[in-house]
Amino acid sequence: MVDDLYKALADPTRRAILDELTERSGQTLFEICSRLSVRRQFDMSRQAVSQHLAVLEAAGLVETRREGRYKFHDLNTAPLRHIAERWIRADGPEGNP
Amino acid sequence: MKIHLSSVFVDDQDEALRFYTEVLGFLKKTEVPLGEDRWLTVVSPEDPEGPELLLEPAGHPAVKPFRDALFEDGIPATAFAVRDVHAEFARLRGLGVRFTQEPLEMGPVTTAVLDDTCGNLIQIVAAA
Repeated sequence: MVDDLYKALADPTRRAILDELTERSGQTLFEICSRLSVRRQFDMSRQAVSQHLAVLEAAGLVETRREGRYKFHDLNTAPLRHIAERWIRADGPEGNP
Repeated sequence: MKIHLSSVFVDDQDEALRFYTEVLGFLKKTEVPLGEDRWLTVVSPEDPEGPELLLEPAGHPAVKPFRDALFEDGIPATAFAVRDVHAEFARLRGLGVRFTQEPLEMGPVTTAVLDDTCGNLIQIVAAA
């Protein structure tokens, strides 16, 4: 799961998807594709975007939510805490000799 | 050549006529009985002689899987031009319309996507 997280973050398209979901959570695939192509100039097919979303979902960074006929993608930043807990010291930089 | 007619598949023509006229604000243009269904079109009050939108029955078996797949991915069936997407979003949401995409500046245009309650997502668009 943690390896999936690093793999998911290693790609610029996937980081862009996370940036766009940070701006507004709960997006359809259509909105994500529109944002990537018009606002970010990423030139890729809907299928390619779906595959990137699947990688993000496997890493737990994106969750999909169905409401009747609607399907939305939400951002989940909780897995990023693994990174913070692994390397960031809680006592801060000034607490050390 | 110019565009005379476009169409959307609707689950129920009566409900579609209500939504497209009372909520979206189009005008009924043509209503001709055709067996169980009707040739039912609406036009924009801003251009009553302009292109007509056919509210076409969705009974053909190919329609449901096609529309369900578009709907699931949030893809609009068609797009309508408005003067101000933010104002139209506020007006329609006040009438209980569900949006799957709130107004978003997308380069030269602003867009939003709403549920027409008849099986389709509709994009509204204006110059940004």
